[in-house]
Amino acid sequence: MKHTIAVLVENKAGVLSRISGLFARRGFNIDSLAVGPTEDARISRVTIVVDGDDYMAEQVTKQLNKLIDVLKVRNLADSEITRRELALVKVKVDESKRGEIVDIAKIMNCEIVDISHTTLMIEFDDRPERVDLLIDLLSKYSIVEMARTGTIALQKGHGSV
Amino acid sequence: MNGAQAIIKSLQKEGVTHIFGYPGATIAPLYDKLPGTGIRHILVRHEQHAGHAAGGYARIAGRPGVCAVTSGPGATNLLTALATAYMDSVPIVAVTGQVDSSLLGRDVFQEADITGAAEPFTKYSYLVKNAQDLPRIVKEAFHIASTGRPGPVLIDVPVDVQLTETKFDFTGNVDIRGYKPTVKGHAGQIKRVLRTLEHAQCPLICVGGGIFAAKAQDMFAQFVETVNIPVVSTLMGIGALPTAHPLYMGQVGMHGKSTANDAISEADVLLLIGARVSDRAVLLPDKVRRKTKIIHIDIDPAEIGKNLDTFLPVVGDVKTVMEQILSYRPKRKGDEWVGFLTEKKNGKSPDHGGRADGVNPKAFVSKLSKALPDRFIYCADVGQNQLWSAGNIDIRAGGRFLTTGGMGTMGYAIAAAAGAKIASEVSDAAERFVIAVCGDGSFQMSMMELATLMQHGIDVKVVVMVNGKLGLVREIQTDVYGDRQVAVDLAGSPDPVVIARAYGIDGAAADTMEQAEAGIRELLSHKGPYLLAVRVGERESSL
Repeated sequence: MKHTIAVLVENKAGVLSRISGLFARRGFNIDSLAVGPTEDARISRVTIVVDGDDYMAEQVTKQLNKLIDVLKVRNLADSEITRRELALVKVKVDESKRGEIVDIAKIMNCEIVDISHTTLMIEFDDRPERVDLLIDLLSKYSIVEMARTGTIALQKGHGSV
Repeated sequence: MNGAQAIIKSLQKEGVTHIFGYPGATIAPLYDKLPGTGIRHILVRHEQHAGHAAGGYARIAGRPGVCAVTSGPGATNLLTALATAYMDSVPIVAVTGQVDSSLLGRDVFQEADITGAAEPFTKYSYLVKNAQDLPRIVKEAFHIASTGRPGPVLIDVPVDVQLTETKFDFTGNVDIRGYKPTVKGHAGQIKRVLRTLEHAQCPLICVGGGIFAAKAQDMFAQFVETVNIPVVSTLMGIGALPTAHPLYMGQVGMHGKSTANDAISEADVLLLIGARVSDRAVLLPDKVRRKTKIIHIDIDPAEIGKNLDTFLPVVGDVKTVMEQILSYRPKRKGDEWVGFLTEKKNGKSPDHGGRADGVNPKAFVSKLSKALPDRFIYCADVGQNQLWSAGNIDIRAGGRFLTTGGMGTMGYAIAAAAGAKIASEVSDAAERFVIAVCGDGSFQMSMMELATLMQHGIDVKVVVMVNGKLGLVREIQTDVYGDRQVAVDLAGSPDPVVIARAYGIDGAAADTMEQAEAGIRELLSHKGPYLLAVRVGERESSL
């Protein structure tokens, strides 16, 4: 089962290596990890998606809490959050296929952000499963390369970590 | 003042009396400013032992021990000691020199990323960039090392930072947003503990090293006597209750006593106090019955539920939590269950008979510990000597048993004993008798520290159990690998008594129990370090 864990940390050198080292050491599998600044410049927000049972999720939470640079840890239930990912996908196109790919982009509400004689670059931000779907659709064509952020998530309503 | 002086002044403000260390180029500025400060430097003979000595100091003084080493190999040599302290929750503040900050990351001479390397073995670490941060960092390091679940903290200081002129400002309180250990137990949980204990038919307490970290030995005795619940201990918990205490049933686990392990499997409520139930108490998870209700009191929430399913977690300082429980005047349990276990315990007679070959090490540990002054500090190394010591030691109130329970680091005892002896001189009204007990394997990993004892006049007695083998590994090879003995023969080893003499330390060898008893008498009356080598049969079992 996938767990989305939001972690507020001190924004200083070495913190990310402490967190990632912890996951490696304790054998926790990270699906994705996204880090960025918050409204408070001294604090960064790390969103980690891990795959494992409840025991593992509890261990992750406790071990993260133990790190001195970690301010808050919250295991977020899927139902209470809005999740987003951003993907940039470069697809190889020839004249005959360009129309199909543009159709897919339109249907999925993607933006085409770059075009060349032989490629299209598609930008997409949505729920992780929608990003999976887009990539699945595009995989029928030739994907030259792609970049995808980790999942970020916020609680719906007035709640916050 | 420069950064080095700022470090020293901060250490003084933290009440540091001793630094265990080994100098080198990148820590030279710190050493340059040590003379005349009143802080005594104890020069060890290997950086690892600086860490062990600081650990031994911390365990007796009840506050962080300090060690200082140079960058690169000095720092990496220290790693094992940091890991040892981390596993056993011992507070250490380690100061390492580092190459010039403008050269960091260029793989220059004696550069090692020590904050990175030590990350899994430290509670926290600092790579200092600005000299003006040093007072705050030292203050924080002591706070982090000694509060909550204690542990080692590393301060890595580039040589140029030590030499930078700075202003000294030690004002301001430590305020670390992400670090607020819980001291008091949750009131609701405390009440649930009381209710669970009240309904228990066969409650049992398993005590760990957390009792010593919380300085809660007296409170623990009061607690168990009030509730009349029998006690078993982990390796780290030995001595939390005097070994002859009527409620004490022995050590649990793989190398524990059968009465203690039976008690675990019979108990309906198991109260873990400051114990993390590692795999060496491995019989525990297997033996604990599914329906046994586990109450776990620990300062570290991450330990609760890690190795055993917990029915009732209580996060807090064990001393405070025991006080909280006692404040509700819990009922005294009946004597029937205690009587049942006591009968079992008394039915077992220890394996203390004579031996055709050499000295019975189990009988020896018993005789030795009974002969020592009550408030002795007994440092056991690692190997069979540790298990003979743990299983047969007689500890009275105030006595201490120091060993490395988590890491099982060979070569621990002599350095830890040196640190413990110094701590007892600093923090105790009466001098304490300190003894290090090693095997001939672990002795050869630490015998250079005899020089440290001599150089600094540290009165530590040393016992070496000589069987010419790496006995514990030999035993595994005998039991598990068809007695095919590989690389466990210590042929070529020197005579420990001659080694001691080379360092100017008197000593004697004992081949028989009579000689060993004479050796114990000499050890007790001898002024200054003394070494007793006790010959033990190579087929002697650990249990």
